[in-house]
Amino acid sequence: MKDTGEIQLQGIAASRGISIGPAYCFSVPDLTIPHRQLESTSQEMSRFTNAIDSARAELQELHADLLKRAGEKEAAIFEAHQMILDDPTLRKKMEQQVEQGQIIEQALMSAIEDFANMLAAMKDELFAARAADVRDVGRRILRILLGLPDQSLKMVHSPSIIMAQDLTPSDTASMDPKLSLGFCTAAGGLTSHSAILARTLGIPAIVALGEELSQKVSPGDMVILDGMEGILIVHPCEETLQKYRNIQEKQAARDREFRSNAMQPARTADGKMIEVAANIGSAESARMAVANGAEGVGLLRTEFLYLEEKEPPTEEKQFGIYKEIFEIMGQRPVIVRTLDIGGDKPPSYLRFPQEMNPFLGWRAIRISLDRPELFKTQLRAILRAAFGYQVRIMFPMIDGLDELRRARQMVEEAKNELKVEAVPYAEDIPVGIMVETPAAAVLVDVLSEAADFFSLGTNDLTQYTLAVDRGNATIASLYQPLHPAVLRLIKQTIDLAHQKGKWVGMCGELAGMSTAIPILLGLGLDEFSMNPRAIPESKNLINHLTVEQSHHIAEKVLSLGTSAEIEAYIRQVLADL
Amino acid sequence: MFNSKIKVTNQVGLHARPASKFVQTANRFASEITVQNVTLGGDPVDAKSILMVLTLGVLQNHEILIQAQGSDAETAVHDLTNLVQNNFAEAEN
Repeated sequence: MKDTGEIQLQGIAASRGISIGPAYCFSVPDLTIPHRQLESTSQEMSRFTNAIDSARAELQELHADLLKRAGEKEAAIFEAHQMILDDPTLRKKMEQQVEQGQIIEQALMSAIEDFANMLAAMKDELFAARAADVRDVGRRILRILLGLPDQSLKMVHSPSIIMAQDLTPSDTASMDPKLSLGFCTAAGGLTSHSAILARTLGIPAIVALGEELSQKVSPGDMVILDGMEGILIVHPCEETLQKYRNIQEKQAARDREFRSNAMQPARTADGKMIEVAANIGSAESARMAVANGAEGVGLLRTEFLYLEEKEPPTEEKQFGIYKEIFEIMGQRPVIVRTLDIGGDKPPSYLRFPQEMNPFLGWRAIRISLDRPELFKTQLRAILRAAFGYQVRIMFPMIDGLDELRRARQMVEEAKNELKVEAVPYAEDIPVGIMVETPAAAVLVDVLSEAADFFSLGTNDLTQYTLAVDRGNATIASLYQPLHPAVLRLIKQTIDLAHQKGKWVGMCGELAGMSTAIPILLGLGLDEFSMNPRAIPESKNLINHLTVEQSHHIAEKVLSLGTSAEIEAYIRQVLADL
Repeated sequence: MFNSKIKVTNQVGLHARPASKFVQTANRFASEITVQNVTLGGDPVDAKSILMVLTLGVLQNHEILIQAQGSDAETAVHDLTNLVQNNFAEAEN
């Protein structure tokens, strides 16, 4: 092989994607503290007060910007940074240092280092990782104290790939994805904020490339960043460039196809229409569902209404929130699940008994049936808001026909009340149940008497079938949603329901997992409801499967004896697609 | 002096959003408020300081002790206890 001067560096792939372009070497601004005369304590402290005011303004801007680009969860970090500015213990520590003769810049840095070291020494990784945030805030305040501008990555003016020793969350957040085509750091890890943020913003990234990075790359060098394999190629030869350009084009085409297909109804390669819906819990997630191509809502959780307040939510409040969500979904069907809480997460106004095992205790429909006033208020609000929309009601944790009959009776009572009051409501609202206990799964034919549809809640169904607490880390490996026992119950549910002419959906995590979709399709599942973000890829997978092929897959899977065998088989199937 | 001992049951413990909410709530009161990690031991810290609250390292199922002294101490302890009991009002996901 002829020497082309091409250099390859291996790091850890932190955010998928490939970028090709010139390197921009980002160096941290020099924040050396100059010597100056110490002023009075109050003068030193007022410098600090002014600096944190400016810092707050910068952080607010960053927060607002990231809220738009990445969402609430990712932006929250800059809210936390603002809280550090106002921290009373930080201020107290600094004041003590100043009184002992340090200028405010030194006092700030020593207090910040104390806190950062304290956090970094903590056993739990999550807490230890906060040390980076404390240092980030410290550097921001110091930069302002030194009168330096907020340069960060706003200095990048032409499309480039950023090379840095390490990046703070602030650095990453200030990247413009049009100009920062990707980034590489010598330090860092997969769970660092910068890596997480890169994945959210869709910027390809490699971390932990080591000290070689600064030695081998100079400003302006042509580089290829392979965020799939974690490889950085410096001075690529023409052949390598061509190879990566081809991969880049193929991926872009795939992304375009995913996105445009997501807006089309899902259908198998041989033309069978499959309903792909979203699990949501707020108006915000309803908008996300629509944007991702959801054809409906297979699960609208209502617990949030009950957990946020000190009082149970009024009928009017619930009506308003349901109506807003139905309006966003338009004429798409929406399944509202009635209150599903338990002693593991009790609202303050419900007096819970001390329970040995809240997951087998007073929860979900059991509470609703024991607290008719609470239940009826919710049913009235749903019935009223559903007027003019395609809404269905679903009860959680049904064990048998008596519970279901009593719950349906409550729906009838609520309807009668509204009729007498001459309030408009959805008269013919379908009523169904979650299948999340083994009892419900084996009784589907009996329950069909009073249920218009069924929706498999596989998270609880797995937990109750295998007697494995899904929150218990010690036995986490025993929690197997693809366990043969769980799959048999799913098959039985679908078969029994279809015999009675009812449809079956699934709103558990399994419905959005690529390892489960081919099996579920083969078992005849009618509706898949999942996290909105999983919709485009799931639709794409469904598009590539035929009904016949999926029947064959399901048949094979049911003949296998363990989850491990099932998973291995499915991975092979997916690889061959 | 008012106090309350309570188990933190939310998934991430006193970290991220929950820690911020806890400290923001504490800052609404004039009283002096401290919080202590009973499970891990250690000293009580200022409940109004996000940095100190983080150093407690409160994880799921740890017990904490909230203490307050001052004009609005009773309400402060009540509101903070409620916040923890309601899992920081996080919707399940």
